[in-house]
Amino acid sequence: MNRFAKSWASAALSLAVGIALLFGLPGVMDDYTLIEVTIYAVMSILGVSLAFIWGFGGILCFGQAAFFGLGSYTYAIAVMNMGDSTVPFLLAIVVPALFAALLGYVIFYGRLSDVYMGVITLTVTLILFNLINSTAGPEWRIGSAPLGGFNGIPAIPTLNWPGQQDEVLTPKDLFYVTFTCLLLVYLGLRVLIASKIGRVIVAAKENEQRVVLLGYDARGYKLFSFTLGGAIAGLAGCLFANWGAFTSPTIFGLAQSAQIIIWVIVGGLGTLVGPIVGCVAIQWLTSQIGTQQAFNSNLVLGGILVVFVLLVPRGIVPTLGDLIDMAWRRWRKAAAHAPKVAIPAAAPMEPPRALAATETAP
Amino acid sequence: MDLAFVVLIQVLYAVASLVIVSAGLAVIFGMMKVINLAHGEFMMLGAYAVIAALNVGLNLWIAIFVVAPIAVGIVGVVLERLVIRRLYGRMVDTMLATWGLSLLLVGIVTSVAGNTTAGVSAPLGSFSVGAYSVSGYTLVIIAVAVALAIAIRFVLTRTQLGLIARGTMQKPDMANALGISPSRVYSVTFAVGAALSGLAGGLLAPLTGVVPTMGAAFVAKAFITVIGGGPAILAGLLGASGLFGAINQLATFVTTPVLGEVALLVAAIVMLRLLPQGITGRFFKGSL
Repeated sequence: MNRFAKSWASAALSLAVGIALLFGLPGVMDDYTLIEVTIYAVMSILGVSLAFIWGFGGILCFGQAAFFGLGSYTYAIAVMNMGDSTVPFLLAIVVPALFAALLGYVIFYGRLSDVYMGVITLTVTLILFNLINSTAGPEWRIGSAPLGGFNGIPAIPTLNWPGQQDEVLTPKDLFYVTFTCLLLVYLGLRVLIASKIGRVIVAAKENEQRVVLLGYDARGYKLFSFTLGGAIAGLAGCLFANWGAFTSPTIFGLAQSAQIIIWVIVGGLGTLVGPIVGCVAIQWLTSQIGTQQAFNSNLVLGGILVVFVLLVPRGIVPTLGDLIDMAWRRWRKAAAHAPKVAIPAAAPMEPPRALAATETAP
Repeated sequence: MDLAFVVLIQVLYAVASLVIVSAGLAVIFGMMKVINLAHGEFMMLGAYAVIAALNVGLNLWIAIFVVAPIAVGIVGVVLERLVIRRLYGRMVDTMLATWGLSLLLVGIVTSVAGNTTAGVSAPLGSFSVGAYSVSGYTLVIIAVAVALAIAIRFVLTRTQLGLIARGTMQKPDMANALGISPSRVYSVTFAVGAALSGLAGGLLAPLTGVVPTMGAAFVAKAFITVIGGGPAILAGLLGASGLFGAINQLATFVTTPVLGEVALLVAAIVMLRLLPQGITGRFFKGSL
């Protein structure tokens, strides 16, 4: 299979599995487990947002949690003032997108390098965290919504059916909505990446100068992908606020930002499915660590991050893909040569070309 | 008049603490181009080293000026050998790995020391200026910052060690051809940077509470200062500290400490939009 077909095959497979899970899980799981799965889906959307801008746009954002938190707070504040949840839901996507656009303008049009990008996004996260964290007094409120400072905002009204304020979504409905959002985000990004715009975005990641010389405004494309990433992270934030009917400044925090990066690194940079796998694995691991006292979760997460950067820099999914690919080629070769007998079954391995032929550049 | 004097002292103190917080990073990032996101945790280790030394019964000044830098310097050497060494030239990977290290260090210290705030009381008491009182320790911080700047300049320009280090950072191949081992120079430079971070942590321990997660408060400030400073290590460090420290302190006077910090960071981002190469990318070019 060539690279193009392979990438579509994997996308189709992922979507098929996703749709099967969407309709299958509510049948086999009780509500409690379904709520657990919903949070994995929320975090997966967040992971995919960074996977897109980092893995395909080449923008290392250390502050993806800023947009996540912004989406969450926007929804909470808007829904407490408006009652009906339709407009707040949209605002939770638009506001982080606008914020990302503003920040992206400063960064890309200031021609700051990747490395500065990381530090600035980190700084912005800290600013937002500090600001929200210091709004604990009763005088800090927007409309009828108290900001709550480090206590967060409790009792956020959850999503209702558009226009019908009393028809609040059940946990099962929220699962459907969240999971559908995840699938739509995945599908949308897949299509975008395959489109002309997506090709320019990826090309700008590989060699920005060449893209500029070909007549494209690389900064504009980067700004677009960064803004889109912010919008998706905002959507995840909104769903997060709905999941627990609660939001607090910790979702802006460094720990949250670090986690998203770890999901992407562990799952595989340059793929969209990898970060979902990484997200589910790490979230599961973190909750397991939380139930016992022997290890500190920071210790384990930090260890995982160092080990992956040093030893498995491509992440789980691409590495597994390579292994499967290699096994497949070996098997084919063995099968092709089998009748001749002259060559033993253990044919020499393919040259390293096989490694380079997959989705990412290292 | 008294107020003006106190404000001046406070502004100088804000500038000085930025210099101290960022000096270690300026060496590691400015010279070696290694993004050390574990910088804050190096400071945290320095603070804990001071507490540990005090518990053993050592004098506070020895704990701050001797124990903290040496302890963190040793940690720096070990981490450089184990992790950083494998990643030179891969900036983004260093960034991720050092972030991993920072989480790891927070985790280890939390496991060992617990998640509680330990305190060191500030020595030297205070003296009064008219109706205001100023902590004596503030003056120590200012003095140390000045001494640190002079020492960095002296080492880099007047000693063989500084010359070798600067040469190696610019052209490792050439240095190697001249019989200098770049890997050893990197190792030593990283250790010096780590030691400076440890000293900073020790110095600030009496002023801030000592908790495993305290590093997060410093890392963004230090980075913004070093990046805002630009390519010249010392001139950039002093220029950016002067600018950002003054903005921070003045905004704090007018509003609250939180908004003062926000003003610092916003000013830094705006400045980077105008001067992407930092202060010394445009002014004081070619200085040290």
